[in-house]
Amino acid sequence: MSTPSNAFSGSFDSQRGAPATITSTRTFFWSVQREFWEYRSLYIAPLAAASLFLFGFIISLIHLPARMRPAGIDPIQLDFMGQSENLAALLIMATTLIVALFYCLDALYGERRDRSILFWKSLPVSDLTTVLSKASIPIVILPLLTFAVTIALWILMILLSNAVLLASGVSTPAATPHLSFFQLSLGLFYHLMVVHGLFYAPFYGWVLLVSAWARRAAFLWATVPPLAIGIAERVAFNTSYFASMLGYRVGGGAEDSNSKAADMAVAFMPHFTSGQLFFNPSLWTGLAVTAIFLAVATRLRRNREPI
Amino acid sequence: MTVIEARGLRKSFGTTIALDGIDLHIEEGRILGLIGPNGAGKSTALNAILGLIPYQGELRVLGRNPWNERDQLMRDVCFIADVAVLPRWIKVSQALDYVAGIHPRFDRAKAEAFLAKTTIRRTSKVRELSKGMVAQLHLALVMAIDARLLVLDEPTLGLDILYRKQFYDSLLNDYFDRTRTIIVTTHQVEEIQNVLTDVMFIDRGRIVFGCSMEEFESRYLEVMVNPERLSAARQLKPIHERQVIGRSILLFDRVDRSQLATLGDVRTPSIADLFVAMLESKPGHQPIAPQGATV
Repeated sequence: MSTPSNAFSGSFDSQRGAPATITSTRTFFWSVQREFWEYRSLYIAPLAAASLFLFGFIISLIHLPARMRPAGIDPIQLDFMGQSENLAALLIMATTLIVALFYCLDALYGERRDRSILFWKSLPVSDLTTVLSKASIPIVILPLLTFAVTIALWILMILLSNAVLLASGVSTPAATPHLSFFQLSLGLFYHLMVVHGLFYAPFYGWVLLVSAWARRAAFLWATVPPLAIGIAERVAFNTSYFASMLGYRVGGGAEDSNSKAADMAVAFMPHFTSGQLFFNPSLWTGLAVTAIFLAVATRLRRNREPI
Repeated sequence: MTVIEARGLRKSFGTTIALDGIDLHIEEGRILGLIGPNGAGKSTALNAILGLIPYQGELRVLGRNPWNERDQLMRDVCFIADVAVLPRWIKVSQALDYVAGIHPRFDRAKAEAFLAKTTIRRTSKVRELSKGMVAQLHLALVMAIDARLLVLDEPTLGLDILYRKQFYDSLLNDYFDRTRTIIVTTHQVEEIQNVLTDVMFIDRGRIVFGCSMEEFESRYLEVMVNPERLSAARQLKPIHERQVIGRSILLFDRVDRSQLATLGDVRTPSIADLFVAMLESKPGHQPIAPQGATV
């Protein structure tokens, strides 16, 4: 072992001058980047869902010219494009929603389980920055990603079906969807950002809180208490305000909750046309609740040790 | 300049008192070894210094309150808490990118230069590296950060002897420069004895002993006493006596070296020997079998 006196002479000069300044935006950017390194399913899952759908769509195209030829232009067939676009969007949305919830479940739990929280905490990143960057994934980034993937898929679908029709000599404008592409995109964008991002934010906040708190079985802690509250309310008061409140939120704030399941395929259309959800007070109370959940999660992360 | 100043530092977990009113004063440019049995409070003390746990009492690290200002403190403080805290999914290149992205004092070129001396590939994930390589990677990241305080909590636990030696050699040769401060805890005390400038014993949440290594070397002497001189040696009031392969080894505090030389072979004791001697002489302590003792 080398002796200290030898070692001192060999040490290099440290220039403790002005260090590079790191802006909080930069810290945030790298914190988000880090999440995509760790949870690669965040982008693999929607891409896989899109690829799967595209594969099915290509197979369905084989029969497209045959169906178009005898009937010519009729409204049902015109609707074909609109329907598959809705289905594509629905598939990708459902995928990212599941991915988002499982991401939140592990986001503040996994780092404690594998002890890497000790590494993250040895770096100059605050608990608040960490929690906010993790919360931004389901609330902002996944909706944007879902939008980008869906739009890319739509464009591919339109190009492919047009190409097939052109090649088979059917010169009809069949591939033009019943709504303009721009309108559909805007509706989708609004639906993703407002419903999937902002309106569902309390769910993500709650799951993140559980993820920061639970020592084990985070999934049970995230699901059983809301269930228990609903049942307890039913037993104690014979009411179901809590359950209907959750139902209302899951339904994306649709007033007529009965028809919501049927309308899922075109769920983003009414909101786009009315645009009322954005001015709905329940959206803003939900965001306030989210802020409380995230504040508690931040405090928990500060106190928590590896499991 | 004072790096760590603590007064009456206390921490309890439920009814267990982990830190029982510790006073600390650590100056810049020291390499302090914090030695203690398992559960003595070493890690708790370090965690308080690093802002990982709340505590009672007064504590300033580089003039900051670690609990309230952890993220700012971590610009000037680095720590390796354990050999296995690097996330297993991260790639070596990603770890470099990330730390370079968020740390104002990280010098990527320095980390790359250190990694170039190892067999670690940039494209490997941490889970694919051996335990020793993970420690090397962590050390490369930490040494490239121009920090003022480095805290090492069992940094070489479970590594083989080559990696352990390399670890401390790199730390001394390429990192320590007398303006930095290092605090290290380890059970492999003998390996860091020559590295330290100060040593501190901690037991049951209290600091039971602390001195600089110069003082340690001038105060404490160990004599392997010739059997016929044993009673003469005992009259000089050794603080500890142990048997090794049938011979008595006596530990003395502040006894003249030339006087001891007449009794047998004189040498500087290891920190571990002094530690055992001190804890055994304390009332209420179960005698710990000294290392290598046979009788």
